[in-house]
Amino acid sequence: MTDLISLAAFAPLLALIGALVNGLFGRAFREPLPGVIASLSVGIGFLLSIIAFFALAAGEETRVSITLWPYLQAGSFELSLGFALDRLSLLMMLIITGVGFLIHVYSIGYMHGDEGFSRYFMGLNLFVAAMLLLVMADSFLLMFVGWEGVGICSYLLIGFWYREKLNADAARKAFIVNRIGDAGFLLAMFLTVTTFGTLDIQAVNEAAGALVFGSSVLGVIGLLYLLAATGKSAQLPLQVWLPDAMAGPTPVSALIHAATMVTAGVYLIARVAPLFAQTPAASAAVAWVGGLTALIAAFIAFSQTDIKKILAYSTISQLGFMFVAVGVGAYWVGIFHVFTHAFFKALLFLGAGSVIHALAGEQDVRRMGGLGKHMRVTGTTSLIATLAIAGVPLLSGFFSKDAILAHTATSELIADYGNLVLYAILLVTAAMTAFYMFRWYHRVFAGEERFPKKLRDSLHESPSVMTLPLVILAVCSVLAGYLGLPEFAFPNWIAHWLEPSVETPVSFLHLSTSLEWLLIGLSVVAAAVGLGLGYWVYERNRGRLVARLEESMLARLSRSGFGFDALYRAVFVEPAEGTASGLSSVDTDIVDRGLRAGASPVGLLARAAALLQSGYLRAYALAMLIGVLVFALIVSLSGVLS
Amino acid sequence: MVATEYYVALSSILFAIGAVGVLTRRSAIMVFLSVELMLNAANLALVAFARQWSGAGSITALSGQTAVFIILALAAAEVAVGLGILVSIFRYRASTDVDALAEIRL
Repeated sequence: MTDLISLAAFAPLLALIGALVNGLFGRAFREPLPGVIASLSVGIGFLLSIIAFFALAAGEETRVSITLWPYLQAGSFELSLGFALDRLSLLMMLIITGVGFLIHVYSIGYMHGDEGFSRYFMGLNLFVAAMLLLVMADSFLLMFVGWEGVGICSYLLIGFWYREKLNADAARKAFIVNRIGDAGFLLAMFLTVTTFGTLDIQAVNEAAGALVFGSSVLGVIGLLYLLAATGKSAQLPLQVWLPDAMAGPTPVSALIHAATMVTAGVYLIARVAPLFAQTPAASAAVAWVGGLTALIAAFIAFSQTDIKKILAYSTISQLGFMFVAVGVGAYWVGIFHVFTHAFFKALLFLGAGSVIHALAGEQDVRRMGGLGKHMRVTGTTSLIATLAIAGVPLLSGFFSKDAILAHTATSELIADYGNLVLYAILLVTAAMTAFYMFRWYHRVFAGEERFPKKLRDSLHESPSVMTLPLVILAVCSVLAGYLGLPEFAFPNWIAHWLEPSVETPVSFLHLSTSLEWLLIGLSVVAAAVGLGLGYWVYERNRGRLVARLEESMLARLSRSGFGFDALYRAVFVEPAEGTASGLSSVDTDIVDRGLRAGASPVGLLARAAALLQSGYLRAYALAMLIGVLVFALIVSLSGVLS
Repeated sequence: MVATEYYVALSSILFAIGAVGVLTRRSAIMVFLSVELMLNAANLALVAFARQWSGAGSITALSGQTAVFIILALAAAEVAVGLGILVSIFRYRASTDVDALAEIRL
């Protein structure tokens, strides 16, 4: 059994090999080959993960650790690199390789004819390898390697079409903002070493459980890990990079900026669940960051006009939901939402990609509409995903979102930090989610056709290499939720499955069955209100109300992304640019001018000396002869010879 | 036996003739010849001194002759390179006047 589980350790290696082959020889391959190699390397990784998953399910153990090699030895501090395959990391591996495989296959169609075809698959494979490393690591240090690895791949793929300056700028922005979070990760690791003397995650978790409940050092470590998580998962106040990251190819947005990488922050907090369970203050900070992010991002999503930016803000908002889940102590719920969200959000992005593909690069929803008739598969699957994320009952998003809401309302961990206010915020956000997702679907697939007439004849459904992943993801978007039915009345597989990995003493209020049903009813009402309002505003009212509100303060606030970009520009970018130009004038006006002034006498001296060089050979010979004679005279007069 | 002083005097005269030749002749070939004359003046002095010290032990006696051999080899190499340069200069300018070759200056 252990051997079968250990097989999964080859998954990142396979993806790395795929990246190497494509990176070194990709230019020599003809078109579909790099995509096939990349898809195969991830697909085999997926098979290995499935085998390991079932082997773990059938066996007795809940955790298999594989030590690779010793890495650091400094005094009493020792660190070996190794993988920890437990129920949590294997579930994440299934998501990464499974959704990753589908997106690789889809990309073969989407990136058809691009000159960077093999470079694209190199980046995608490298990303999968780094992401697997992140979730499989048994120490914070190795996790940090994966953490940085996914960051660099994200940078490479956002700036994939680097000839356009906007794309390159977006890539840099993502990288720099992520650095802030990475600094938090590093500081957290330093504090972890000084506190616990080890970076082994399991050892830290066990030691944290033994510390005093609510001890301040745990709180600080927790807040630093939260800072790391806000960077990678695009939460307040570091959320600004994700909307710009949509500059990359759409499948990249689906895989990296929706399904996997951005959930790394949630994974990190779930991974150190015992630590966070000991510190209500840090947990409350996580939950509140998540709640406010969810609300604000949903609000911004109302007014965006780029088909992908709406989805980007929706991702930020849904990540906020996950943060609330891990913040209130419901760690398996957070992972459950990661799981369902991976399917429907990847599906939404791939659907958007299919639309962009069909409309020859158009991304503005104001020039779309009515596409459902022309692209039946894309339209239908996108509708399923929209309903799933909106929280329509019996679809996957409903179950995971409802679990988050219920656990927020009943959390005992952050009961002193206003969990009921947070619940109200999330309920409102759930309704807002349904509203803006209805708007998204309606603007793209329903209503009147606003795209240019000449495009109408060339409209086509995407090739089956692209639609097949859509269909598979749609099936998963419907069914994934049934793994986590409400616990009080139904069997809940995923909570039970993840229990050994995220075991904490956190408890939740036990409500009566009728109250539980009431909570479910409230989330259904939220979804219904959102969708109903969307239907009224965009279908019945034909957007007249929206047009009237266009110039209001709130609309402007929403359009500007709550002013975060302008704020950061004024507070950080402009002072930095001012300092840089000031320093540059110091360099040119003082340093350079001083050096030039100091150099000019040397130049004059050289000019004077150059006059001695007449160019006449015989003059040089005479000078030499006179020199030798003078020298000989000096020697003979000095008496050395006698 | 002829005294060493005579050899040294002859060597000095030859050296002076060579030096004057280097300073006064404009043809590069003649400058070359004069340089050779100076080298051989030095060689003459060296062998003369070597003969004078022939009784002082083999290393001292042979060192003067060894120096001569080194100078001969060096002169041969110098001529080979120098004449090569000279030939190509002549091809380029149809003249070997060293005063005309005065471009390298400020």
